[in-house]
Amino acid sequence: MRPLNRLFRRPPAHGVRRDPAPTRWGYRYQRLMLTPAFRIGMRFGLPALFVALIGGIWFGQADNRTAFAAQVDRVKAMVQQRPEFMVGAVEIEGAEPALAAAIKAFLPETMPVSSFDLDLPEIRTRIRELTAVADATVRVRPGGTLEIVVTQRVPVAVWRYVDGLRLVDAEGVMTGMIAQRSDRSDLPLIAGDGAREKIDEALALFAAAAPVAPRIRGLVRMGERRWDLVLDRDQRILLPAEDPVPALERVMALDEAEDMLDRDIAAVDVRNEDRPTIRLTEQALVRLRRVSENN
Amino acid sequence: MGQLYQTQRAMRHMRKAAMQRGVIAILDVGTSKIACLVLRFDGDAPALEGVGSMAGQSNFRIIGAATTRSRGVSFGEVAAMAETERAIRTAVQAAQKMAGVRVDHVIATLSGARPRSYGLDGEVEIEAGQVTEGDIGRVLAACEMPDYGDGREVLHAQPVNFALDHRSGLADPRGQIGQRLTTDMHLLTVDATAIENLLYCIKRCDLEVAGLASSAYVSGISSLVEDEQELGAACIDMGGGSTGISVFIRKHMIYADSVRMGGDHVTSDISMGLQVPMATAERIKTFYGGVVATGMDDREMIEIGGDTGDWEHDRRTVSRAELIGIMRPRVEEILEEVRQRLDAAGFEHLPSQQIVLTGGGSQIPGLDGLATRILGQQVRLGRPLRVQGLPQAATGPAFAGSVGLCLFAAHPQDEWWDFDVPAEKHPARSFKRAFKWFKDNW
Repeated sequence: MRPLNRLFRRPPAHGVRRDPAPTRWGYRYQRLMLTPAFRIGMRFGLPALFVALIGGIWFGQADNRTAFAAQVDRVKAMVQQRPEFMVGAVEIEGAEPALAAAIKAFLPETMPVSSFDLDLPEIRTRIRELTAVADATVRVRPGGTLEIVVTQRVPVAVWRYVDGLRLVDAEGVMTGMIAQRSDRSDLPLIAGDGAREKIDEALALFAAAAPVAPRIRGLVRMGERRWDLVLDRDQRILLPAEDPVPALERVMALDEAEDMLDRDIAAVDVRNEDRPTIRLTEQALVRLRRVSENN
Repeated sequence: MGQLYQTQRAMRHMRKAAMQRGVIAILDVGTSKIACLVLRFDGDAPALEGVGSMAGQSNFRIIGAATTRSRGVSFGEVAAMAETERAIRTAVQAAQKMAGVRVDHVIATLSGARPRSYGLDGEVEIEAGQVTEGDIGRVLAACEMPDYGDGREVLHAQPVNFALDHRSGLADPRGQIGQRLTTDMHLLTVDATAIENLLYCIKRCDLEVAGLASSAYVSGISSLVEDEQELGAACIDMGGGSTGISVFIRKHMIYADSVRMGGDHVTSDISMGLQVPMATAERIKTFYGGVVATGMDDREMIEIGGDTGDWEHDRRTVSRAELIGIMRPRVEEILEEVRQRLDAAGFEHLPSQQIVLTGGGSQIPGLDGLATRILGQQVRLGRPLRVQGLPQAATGPAFAGSVGLCLFAAHPQDEWWDFDVPAEKHPARSFKRAFKWFKDNW
């Protein structure tokens, strides 16, 4: 029996190999497959496109999108609500009780809260915005404790302003108010417009005026330009706008040598450094005249 | 003429582009087989010690090779377009598959198309005193074109010799001082239709032609050794449908021709003489063929076989002497024809008359003895040069043309179109040409 269909035809006699030519399209297909860019595209681009297509079709339906979002939220909440991430306690360091109470107001009310829900940078900015706080560190300690380390501003002077007495720190920032001068009698007093901005100069002047410290009432900024040092008995030392500290030191030197400030003087004017001037009180003047007339 | 110059220049540019890409295919369209080799040019020196650059043969490597039975080619010319295209496709596809890269540029050769050689000479006065590249272009353009007839195309136009004043034999006169530059040019023309058919077949395979060469020429490059090329030799490339003849001296081809007879005619003689199909005849020829009969051959009986079912017919035998008796006259005829062509070309005037037989037909046992009687004493059988990566199966003399084409692809000889045409030959409408270029390319 000889098969009649062509597929099972006998090979040609004497081993002449069949040498079939590729079809035109087969040839082109093979050349295409040998093109590097096309091969890369087939290997990576096509699967990526396929996946993107499937995803696009699935996400094209609104129900699927909401279901997916809900599932994502659920998983997220499940992870965030794990006890490892819960914050139960608050520790505030370096703050007075009043300040601590103010800080607590920024924290969430119901306390066991997930650390993912705490916006630590936001809490820190809000704490730093408090006038009494110089700097603050907020972190969640392992074990679920919210630790807030506060560096308070240290008041260095009392500033008398139109609406009352305020505390001022070394940078000129107000840290609080006091009702009476005697509440913080340990701090020097400054007054006048623009006194707060020149707080560092004021502190230098207070340091220079240390020999007469018990007598100092305060420093008054005159015309936002220069300082007057006010002592008791209404004595004033009028300081220059430029380099007030050396001028004050000279006055202190005079005082030490001549006991100048103990005398009956109303004001010492050192605004002109070449010519320090003193003003006597009324009685002293009368007396001086009388003495000179007698002679 | 201008058209051809542009075409050949375009092919040279294509070749340069292929070199830059590093992969080029060579396609040997023969009558009995179509070979396609894929070359990779990497330009690095060979790692072996003591091996020089080997005249640029070391900078490429054959990474894909395929041959296929040729269909639709006869006498080295395309006879059936669709069949030839299919055969080219087969060879190219197999070679590409082996190489694993896609090939876009192909350098092709064809053996038939009735090549005809012309010797031209040109002469110009040197203006600058020193020969420049432009002068060479000028002297090549000054060669008087022979009337080679309609329907023929120039395949090769190689400057063979330069002479400056009274000094001849200059290979490269550039930079030399002189007044009168003359050149000898070898022009090879072939039938335009054969070329066009081949180009069309290649184009149908989505390939770009980066060069064309005559098979006789490239066989000579690969089978003649250097001193033979220098001193004068003829390469006889005995192919399937045609036998190419190329004469070399001073490393230049000075004559090429082809005899429209080859191994296929021997096969068809056997087929007719023994009443067997061509395939069987081919097999008998390759296994038992020869041209010198001895007493032993009378006793050696060859089973011819058959496929008819008739016992008597299928059990025929023939003695080897009979086979030789069929083959010898045809081989003699081919060699006589070659002799005539060489005589016509004045081969006997060359200082050395070495003859190298190559091509698939040269593998007939005893051919060298027969050729010695007809062609002269200095005959040897030539095998092509060895090149890197060539499969063992493709190192035989049948691949002389393919290997030569590889060498041609790596190092083509300077031809007329490698030099710029002097400015006065340019048409004055260069602006128009620039515009046309823009229009064609954008």
